[in-house]
Amino acid sequence: METTTLWTGILLAALGCWLFKVVGMSVPKQVLERPAVSRVANLIPVALLAALVVVQVFAGDRELVLDARVLAAVYAVIALILRAPFLVVVFGAAGVAAAARLVS
Amino acid sequence: MTAEARQRRRIVADGLGVGLATGAYGLSFGAISVASGLDVAQTCALSLLVFTGASQFAFVGAIAAGGSPLSAAAAAFLLGSRNALYGIRLAPLLGWRGLRRTAAAHLVIDESTAMSVLRSTRDEARLGFLSTGLAVFALWNLATLIGAVVGNQLGDPRDYGLDAAVGAAFLALLWPRLREPGTAIPAAVSAVAAATLVPYSGPGVPILAAGVVAVVIGLVTTPPGAPKDGDPVVETQ
Repeated sequence: METTTLWTGILLAALGCWLFKVVGMSVPKQVLERPAVSRVANLIPVALLAALVVVQVFAGDRELVLDARVLAAVYAVIALILRAPFLVVVFGAAGVAAAARLVS
Repeated sequence: MTAEARQRRRIVADGLGVGLATGAYGLSFGAISVASGLDVAQTCALSLLVFTGASQFAFVGAIAAGGSPLSAAAAAFLLGSRNALYGIRLAPLLGWRGLRRTAAAHLVIDESTAMSVLRSTRDEARLGFLSTGLAVFALWNLATLIGAVVGNQLGDPRDYGLDAAVGAAFLALLWPRLREPGTAIPAAVSAVAAATLVPYSGPGVPILAAGVVAVVIGLVTTPPGAPKDGDPVVETQ
């Protein structure tokens, strides 16, 4: 019984999360061409990326923490200013964080 | 090799890189999910069928905390709702219809969206979306299975700095967009809102709040009757 309801929860979660994706992809073109919708749609990736950066760099378990990830982010900013290729930014940051944790 | 072929190869390489850094987190998800009381099949079903990391972590977190499967699904919905916002931005860019659009929707996640919205042509946007989405999908599911079976024996992805790699990837994707007019302030407000919420909410909620910030700023700062960004639009109201 308990296993069955757990599977029901999993399938419900799958269906709901997939429907969100499909609904977003299915918004009619006429709606997207409205100025306000167009402006919002352009801002959303920027806003979510900014939030994702903050969460990935500073978030601990329900707290903000300063650790090796901050050093990695500083490296990433410098690499971006120097126009380093994407993969150099990404895996260089991993290397900085791993090295910082090794010595700390 | 032509410049175009080089550019295409670079987009695919970047997508695979993001797939590697993000997909490795499936190890953590698999291990945490099994530790939360789900079996291996249930854990793999979440990665295959739900396929949006924050929702999956919220689901198993709710189960681990003693919540009902229905409340776990509700937590997953809450976090999955941001993918609808991504879809709104992606639909006109990717230009797929019918069955192809329905199938592509499954790959709409933070990473695949970020890797396609900054491309200049539809072809490049599709390439960025598919290379990133498929790479993350394949590696995330493979890593979930491994994590669920062997648990934490492979070590923490953080030991390899992969948590920092994911943050750097999002930063690199955000970087070029900050130069566009009118984006720096919304980005800063969203970042502050997310940081403020981290201590008071579960994972994913700060990101969702940033989406709300974007909607509010977008609606407030659009002058009535303004033309669409960059387009000489004839008003049809």
